[in-house]
Amino acid sequence: MSEMNKAMIEQYRNSFLSEVEANVEEGEWVKMCMQCGVCSGSCPLGKHWAHPPQEIFMMIRAGKRDEVLTSDSMWMCTSCYNCIVRCPRQLPITHIMHGLATYAKKLGLTPKNQPTAKFAEIFWNNMMKKGRVNELKLGLSLYFKDGFGPGIKEALRNKDLGMKMMKAKRMAASEFFGGHGVKDVSGLQKMIKKAQELEDARMKKFD
Amino acid sequence: MTEVVATNQTILVVGGGISGMTAALEAAETGAQVVLVEKRPYLGGRVSQLYKYFPKLCHPTCGLEINQRRAKMNPNLTIITGAEVSKVEGEAGNYTATVKLTPTYVNDNCTACGECAKAVEAEFDDEYNYGLSKRKGAYLPHVMAHPMKYVLDPSIIGTDDAQKAKDACKYDAIDLDDTEKEIQFPAGAIVWATGWKPYDAAKIQPYGYDRFENVITNVEFERMADPKGPTGGKIVRPSDGKEAKNVAFIQCAGSRDRNHLYHCSRICCMASLKQTHYVVDAYGDDAQVSIYYIDIRAIDRFEDFYQTVKDMDNVKFIKSKVASITRGEDDNPCLNGVDTEGYHRYANEHDLVVLATGMEPSVSIDSFPVDVEINREGFIEPAEKNGGVFAAGCASDALDVNRAVQSATGAALKAIQVVNRVARAEG
Repeated sequence: MSEMNKAMIEQYRNSFLSEVEANVEEGEWVKMCMQCGVCSGSCPLGKHWAHPPQEIFMMIRAGKRDEVLTSDSMWMCTSCYNCIVRCPRQLPITHIMHGLATYAKKLGLTPKNQPTAKFAEIFWNNMMKKGRVNELKLGLSLYFKDGFGPGIKEALRNKDLGMKMMKAKRMAASEFFGGHGVKDVSGLQKMIKKAQELEDARMKKFD
Repeated sequence: MTEVVATNQTILVVGGGISGMTAALEAAETGAQVVLVEKRPYLGGRVSQLYKYFPKLCHPTCGLEINQRRAKMNPNLTIITGAEVSKVEGEAGNYTATVKLTPTYVNDNCTACGECAKAVEAEFDDEYNYGLSKRKGAYLPHVMAHPMKYVLDPSIIGTDDAQKAKDACKYDAIDLDDTEKEIQFPAGAIVWATGWKPYDAAKIQPYGYDRFENVITNVEFERMADPKGPTGGKIVRPSDGKEAKNVAFIQCAGSRDRNHLYHCSRICCMASLKQTHYVVDAYGDDAQVSIYYIDIRAIDRFEDFYQTVKDMDNVKFIKSKVASITRGEDDNPCLNGVDTEGYHRYANEHDLVVLATGMEPSVSIDSFPVDVEINREGFIEPAEKNGGVFAAGCASDALDVNRAVQSATGAALKAIQVVNRVARAEG
C-alpha cells in the first residue's frame, strides 16, 4: 500500500458516526437528519450555542470527534423540547444532546468550568449520597462551587429567597445534618453501580 | 338528468378534474361508454384555478378549452356535475354505483345571462378564489365553467334572494323546489380521480397562517396572479393592499414532515419557481424573491427551469427550513431560522410570504365509499383487491399535471380492458 493511499485512508477514516450510534443514547437517529435547520431556528438558547444541533449532527457525520465531544453546545440544552416537536423527521434531538453530553462526560472530555456540566455533577453526587436530592446542600454547593469568598457573597444575595423557602417548608435547616434519604441507600448505590458496569461493558471500543 | 343510461360495460369516472376529464375522454374516444361524476358544479377541478402551467408558463385555460370541446362533441360521454359517489358495490365487470345529486336549483334552460346574479344581494366567500374575494348567492363559478350554467348557493334557498333570482330569470331556468336525489346505475370499471386538496396551512402553527394576513398559500398566490382573479392580477399584500415586491417562498410547508404530510408533494418546488416568474414579471428589477428550501426538487427536464430562475439577479435561494414566522414592522412577516450553508442565524422581513403548501388526497382515508388499498399517505395503491377500480392522477400519488394526465391515460386503458372483457364474455 502506498504511503499516499495510507494517508488518504487515515484522512478519510470516519468511525465517529458509528461510535455515536453505538455509544450515545438515541445516537442511531443522527443519520436521519436531513439538515433542514428547524431545530437550530427553534432553539430558544440557540444563539448562545457554539454549534446548533443541526451543525452537531453534520459534524458527527463529518467525523469531527474532538470538536463535538469537547464542545459545550450539548450542555446548553434546557430540554424545552421545541426541536423535537418541530423536527420533520421526528428525531429525538433533546435526548441526543443529553446522550452526547453523558458520553463526553464518561470520556472525561467535558469543557472545564462549564456551568451546566458542573451543576449536573453536583446534582448527581448530591442525589447519590442519600438517594434523594438534598435541596439545602445542593444550593450551598452551587454557591460555593467557585470558592469560599464568592460562595458567601452568593449565599447572602439569595438569603431572602432561602428564608422564604424555609418558611414555606420547601427547605429545612435540619437537612444540613444528614438529611432525608431512601430506606436502603446502599442497595440503591449497588444497583446504580451494577447498571454502570453493564453500560460500560456494552460500550464498544474505538481507537 | 336523473336518468343515466349505463350498463356493466360502462366506465364510471369519479372526479372531473384534469385526470378525470382525461380518463373519461380517452376512454370515450375509443368508443367506450363513460359516465363522469363531478362533485363541483363544473369541470376542470383545481387546474382551472391555476394561472399558468410550469414549465412552459402557458395558460391552463387553453387545454381546458380543448378538453371541454372534446367533451361536448363526444356522444359516448355523460357528465353529471354537482354529484358525489356515495357507495360502490360489486366487483370488476359488475358494479353498482350510488350517486348523490346535490340540488343546483338551476336547470338546463340557463343561458348564463347573469340576470339572477344582478338580482340577488347576499355575498359569500368565493371558493374558486380560495376565499380571497366574494361572490353572490347566484353565480357562475368561473368564466369558463362547463356546463356554462349559473349556480344558486344552497344557503339563499328560503330567503328573499332565492325569489329575486327566480323572478329575474327570463328562461324559467330556476327551480327552487329542486331537492337532493339519489340515483343508482351499473358500471363495469371505475376510474377513481378524486384528486387533491391543499394541506391546511393553519396546522403548521409556527408559520401563523391563521395569525398573519401577509402569510398566504401558493394556491391563493396563484389566484392573485391571475388577471381574472380577486386582485385583477396584482401581487399585493392582503393587510394593506400595497404592492408586494419583496416576496418569500417557504418550501415543504407541510410536506416531507412527519408531523404533517409524510410525502414530498412533488409540485411545490416547481410551483414556487413558476410563481417567482410572476413576481419578477410584475415588478422587474424592483422584485426581490427569497426561496427558503431544504432541497430543490426540480426533477429531470425541470432542471433547466430551476437554473433560469437561479440565474436571476433578484432571486435568492436560502437553504433552510424556516423555524418560525413572527410579526415584524408594518405587518411584515419576519422569518426566523438558521441556514444550512454556514449556520447563520437570520430574521428576515418580507412584504409577503407564500407557503408552498403540499397536496393531500381529497378523500380522507376513512371515508372512501369503495374498498381499495390505501397507503399511509392516503393515496390509492395498485392492488389485486381494488378489482376494477383504478386510481388516476392525484388520487394515486402527488403528481403534477403532466404526470397526472399520463396516470389518467393509463387508468383509462386498464378500465377499457375490463369492459372489453365483459363485452367479449357477453358476446
